[in-house]
Amino acid sequence: MATLTQTLNDQLTRLRQSPLKQFFLDGLREVTSGGVRYHVWMASLTLVMCLGAFAYSVQLREGLVVTGMHDHVSWGLYISNFTFLVGMAAAAVILVMPTYVLKDTDFAKAVLVGEAMAVSALIMAISFVVVDVGGPARLWHLIPGIGVFNWPSSMLAWDILVLNGYLALNLVIPFYILYSHYRGRKPLKKYYLPAIFLSILWAVSVHLVTAFLYAGLPARPFWNTALMGPRFLATAFTAGPALMILVLAVLRKYTDIDIRWATIDKLSLVVTVAAQVCLVMLGSELFVEFYRETHHGQSAMYLYFGLNGKNALTPWIWTSITMSLIATAIVSVHRLRRTPKWLYSACGLLFVGILIEKGLGTIIPGFIPEPWGRIEEYVPTWVELTVSAGIWALGAFVFTVLAKAAIPIETGRLRCVDPPAAE
Amino acid sequence: MSTNGQELFPILEQKRPSGLAQLLERQVDRRTAVQTAAAALTAGLGLLQAGCNPLAASESREKAKLDWETFFQGNYRLMEDEEKDDTVRRLERSYELNTGRRINVSGQGPRKDVLYGYAFNVSKCRGYMDCVKACIAENNQDRESDMRYIRIHEMRNGEMDFGKADDGFFRDVPAAGHFYIGTQCFHCQNPPCTEVCPVQATWMEPDGIVVVDYNWCIGCRYCIAACPYDARRFNWADPVVPENELNPNQHYLGNRLRMKGVVEKCTFCIQRSRDGKNPACVEACETGARIFGNLLDPDSEIRWVLKNKKVFRLKEDLGTEPKFWYFMD
Repeated sequence: MATLTQTLNDQLTRLRQSPLKQFFLDGLREVTSGGVRYHVWMASLTLVMCLGAFAYSVQLREGLVVTGMHDHVSWGLYISNFTFLVGMAAAAVILVMPTYVLKDTDFAKAVLVGEAMAVSALIMAISFVVVDVGGPARLWHLIPGIGVFNWPSSMLAWDILVLNGYLALNLVIPFYILYSHYRGRKPLKKYYLPAIFLSILWAVSVHLVTAFLYAGLPARPFWNTALMGPRFLATAFTAGPALMILVLAVLRKYTDIDIRWATIDKLSLVVTVAAQVCLVMLGSELFVEFYRETHHGQSAMYLYFGLNGKNALTPWIWTSITMSLIATAIVSVHRLRRTPKWLYSACGLLFVGILIEKGLGTIIPGFIPEPWGRIEEYVPTWVELTVSAGIWALGAFVFTVLAKAAIPIETGRLRCVDPPAAE
Repeated sequence: MSTNGQELFPILEQKRPSGLAQLLERQVDRRTAVQTAAAALTAGLGLLQAGCNPLAASESREKAKLDWETFFQGNYRLMEDEEKDDTVRRLERSYELNTGRRINVSGQGPRKDVLYGYAFNVSKCRGYMDCVKACIAENNQDRESDMRYIRIHEMRNGEMDFGKADDGFFRDVPAAGHFYIGTQCFHCQNPPCTEVCPVQATWMEPDGIVVVDYNWCIGCRYCIAACPYDARRFNWADPVVPENELNPNQHYLGNRLRMKGVVEKCTFCIQRSRDGKNPACVEACETGARIFGNLLDPDSEIRWVLKNKKVFRLKEDLGTEPKFWYFMD
């Protein structure tokens, strides 16, 4: 009897609030409640974020001198992570396009998870740029209107534009769809479909533009290749869905999300094809760099074999290539790909392999040797490692919050209580 | 970039201990100790008095106001002349308020019908590094990180391969069987660095000098990645220039004091060249290997070199159009 009264009271309080307010309050309640494991997870992420914030405060006080970067390797771990994460964000399109455009039902349940991943990847990517600049307090110089935005000349201006636009799209579309479900309505195609189409084009362009940022610099022959953009897309469509498979596997285990094996199976096909394409591209790049060695191939020489006795990156790139080769072999065999244990290990290998390749193996060798041939290596410091860990924890935190609130709405457990008049 | 600075530049011979360490490690006799204590007491009392002094209070208010205005100042290139003037005066006043000493900051614009160019005589350079030394002193470069705009590469006779050259040599020069070639910012007429800047904090002036507005630079270092000549430097920490070595004759776009987190570079000594003088490197060079002048003046020495010598430029295939030529006797 007491519980019934309480429930009724609760319903009455909720009736007095607007649906939008209810939506956010319900979301907040979902996010702040959970089992012990959930709270331990969130607390650990918070701890890592705090450590990252502390390391960043050291960097703010002393300057970027506390990083391993110098005049000759002027971008390091931060920009490497940024590059990789833009790809993660772009990969959401793998779920979005089949679901909304090709009406593929297998991806429908996972699409919101994909979009949540895109949002967290974008927040991480933007954070990595912010911690990399020397004058974060002067970032307002970028804001059109009060600052000077060097568009269309600077590819960085393009990148800021596409990243923020893509972030906005990935917030607005899922919000509309979730909110409609929350209100017990069917989302209207005429509202969301145009935005979906825009976001599909946008997803491809975020990663292309990021690749052009490097490929457009003749000063760095290692980056100055037309394959840069396509290769970015191929690696993104490998590592992105690979991570998504792992995330879906975890969600399937620990939440009541309704994801069937068919979804994971189809995603694994995407991973397989993309991973194979990646290897083809790697092969053609290696051919051009090494068939006739030139001065322009020195960075590749340094990366893969070391130059003048300096070879800090060599073990990393071979680890990455080995991981990608093994994983591609695994997913290429149907029987292995369809066995969860094998598939998950292959996805893990691909994710880490590409993280290494896009980060350490793409950005840093572009600076080595420097324009006049001197070889100065780069090793990240504890500040860079801690700040980076903090940003990754931030991303995981944002993703958890978004998924925790979205899943009960998607499963139908969480619904708005509409006042009768509104019906 | 720690090369041979220790030996070459006496100012860098020892890493200076911090102020506190210096104070603690100083050996003092009783007389000095008493004097210091008395001085400290006076200073302390003075400070106490200053706290209640309306004049000092107005000074700190002024300082805060200047800092505020500096933070919100716009892009120098887009300023009206009057704004430019205010900005420059603000720099001078800020420096005076902070140190009690005066500096001379100029905002002098480009001269009419002037386009600066530079020529480097490879046969004359003997690797003395006087240009590097003069450049550092003239341009108030960070002594702590031994920042240099100029690199002198020592090449073995018979090849011109920068990859095999040594720009960190320390020995009696000129070394037998070697020759020397200097690089710095080439002030490209088609500069790849300026077009990538997301906030237009760096640009080419009408007289051809590529400059940076240090206050507008956000420190993204995209320009460093875009430069094929290693011309740009970043302030990874707060730059250090000892007070007694400071060059007080400064230009807003040139050798004025920089801050941490911004990019800087050679400006052809804009504070000198716009005054009709040669850059410090040209003046310092004992061998006469460096020639600077107005490309638009048919009677200038640089034009004579371009006309009468077989000149070449570096990495011309990139289409950057450097205004920096090399030649041999």
